[in-house]
Amino acid sequence: MEPLPSDFPFLETILVMQKSLFEKVWDAHAVRELANGQTQLLIGTHLIHEVTSPQAFGMLRDLGLKVAYPHRTFATVDHIVPTDQRQEPFADPLADAMIRELRKNCEEFGITFFDLPSGKQGIVHVVGPEQGITQPGTTIACGDSHTSTHGAFGAIAFGIGTTQIRDLLATQTMALAKLKVRRINVNGELRPGVYAKDVILHIIRQLGVKGGTGFAYEYGGDVFDNFSMEERMTVCNMSIEGGARVGYVNPDQKTFEYLKGRPYSPQGGEWDQAVERWKSFASDPDCEYNDVVNIDAADIAPTVTWGINPGQAISVVETIPTVEGSPESERANVAEALEYMKLPAGEPIKGTPVDVCFIGSCTNGRLSDFEEAARYLKGYRVKEGVKAIAVPGSQIVDAICKEKGLDKVFVEAGFEWREAGCSMCLAMNPDKLIGDQLSASSSNRNFKGRQGSPTGRTVLMSPLMVAAAAVTGEISDAREVFGVKEPAAI
Amino acid sequence: MSLEKITKISGRGVCVPGDEIDTDRIIPARFMKCVTFDGLGEYLFYDVRKNEDGSDKQHPLNEERFKGATILFSGVNFGCGSSREHAPQALYRYGFRGIVAQSFAEIFFGNCTTLGIPCFCATKEDIDTIAAAIDENPELEIALDVENERIHFGDQSVTAVVRETARKALVEGRWDPIGDLQEAKEQISEVAAKLPYMAQG
Repeated sequence: MEPLPSDFPFLETILVMQKSLFEKVWDAHAVRELANGQTQLLIGTHLIHEVTSPQAFGMLRDLGLKVAYPHRTFATVDHIVPTDQRQEPFADPLADAMIRELRKNCEEFGITFFDLPSGKQGIVHVVGPEQGITQPGTTIACGDSHTSTHGAFGAIAFGIGTTQIRDLLATQTMALAKLKVRRINVNGELRPGVYAKDVILHIIRQLGVKGGTGFAYEYGGDVFDNFSMEERMTVCNMSIEGGARVGYVNPDQKTFEYLKGRPYSPQGGEWDQAVERWKSFASDPDCEYNDVVNIDAADIAPTVTWGINPGQAISVVETIPTVEGSPESERANVAEALEYMKLPAGEPIKGTPVDVCFIGSCTNGRLSDFEEAARYLKGYRVKEGVKAIAVPGSQIVDAICKEKGLDKVFVEAGFEWREAGCSMCLAMNPDKLIGDQLSASSSNRNFKGRQGSPTGRTVLMSPLMVAAAAVTGEISDAREVFGVKEPAAI
Repeated sequence: MSLEKITKISGRGVCVPGDEIDTDRIIPARFMKCVTFDGLGEYLFYDVRKNEDGSDKQHPLNEERFKGATILFSGVNFGCGSSREHAPQALYRYGFRGIVAQSFAEIFFGNCTTLGIPCFCATKEDIDTIAAAIDENPELEIALDVENERIHFGDQSVTAVVRETARKALVEGRWDPIGDLQEAKEQISEVAAKLPYMAQG
């Protein structure tokens, strides 16, 4: 056969493989293949915080190395900061040592630090997008498993360990094996009172906590098209709870609108070029995925966990599973979870008394989370005996909430309005459960002891469901408590 | 930097049974308030090993007969949850040099490999068999053969799997990648130069 002429009109189309965003971003950042078969991947944006980075700087010093691209690493302090009073030194000398260490490291190596006095401090996964550091078509890594959050912008974002932080500081690259890609379509329309949190809890319940091992999750379909950037972040955030190290949504007009004008977004004439470039990273319409899962939005209800991992979830109208009613392979795990949670098997989860209510975290600590809860909370009171705290994800979220008077709505309802940080999601600061208190929490993990007490119990749910639990003092269906009728996405 | 070639781990074993043993269980967050990894071994599995008054709970790691074990056996999705390297660091500093489980969480697996801790995947049946043999004789000598992906215990042996990229890195002494990564300085600059967002702002 004669070779095709080089100006043959379809040649380019024939030769250009249809690729997913994951593959395109991977290819654009691949430096070389390493001897063991892994790829040396350039990570353009490195985010650090006080808990997992100090040892990495220590290793760097031991090896006599410098930070290769200091302008591509950004730091904030989030896990250990107190949310009640910020006077330094902190009452906890260990926490105080950690913030001082981070300050010292950032100063010595020339790294931008969104420190407490900056007015821009917050949870690393809230700060990155807020500052416009998180951008489509980029690679991002942070020593924190919820780094997948940044995938909401069409970035490929990895949670990493401390030795990899060292690798990034020293070389801006790390060794990684390529992931497979699973496309998860959620089509149709969510029912009123059903939120992004319910979508991801439902996905994890369906696919399992280890279902995503070896995969990047690409989320799409009507529901994601309609979602705001903050809702996309909530879903991407919890990808790792389903075993997927990476989760992302293809960038679209909403992504670009969100980023426009932010401090680290491209400015002036560079903006239009950047948008064109970002668009080119979106998955091609006919690209092949390693797996495709389809979920009907109408099947998703307000969802709560009953056990000790995020996959142990049911809709709020279901009953708590029984050991006998569970598949044989799951029975030991169900028994262990029921014993720890002290919940009655076979009974409705609704009506379970709660001691603590927490709205915040990198999953649900953004403006829209507080807006939505405040919209319904107005005129209600937190049930006597329930401790309820609202913790904004960043100082900027805090400032906007205050500007809009949302903090007052929470305080008038009986919530404590706190300063920005990770707070009770993992209780590395003074915000902790006591004894076997049960917490209704908008965070991301319900592991044993996660919220600071070795016997503390966590029930994960959306911010509005936490507000409903705060008002009634028990796990409740927010749709009933607040008469939620209007569509969720407006 | 020349690294030890990790081809075989030998020692005694202990089984910590259970599925989905997460990193908060391996090292509770409150013990991560530190700026070095020193001393983390002491807090390994703290909340499942200790009562709130500091006395011992019933746990395999508290049993005298399993003291000194260097190979850990467990269930499904071991190390799920957080990316904290504090978890494999705590295991290493406690004395573990190899882990066998039905499956591993991704980030944890990578963190272990980078520290030179081989993670073997084996079937539930084989893990149960080895756990029973250890229970019967805690002195039983176990050998994890990384090169040939086999677990030897007493005079028996079973097949187990170490992910190929990790296996190669371990047996070739490339498990800490920093040396390899540093070699490619020029190639890194070339890739960075094509990415507008990498430019100095």
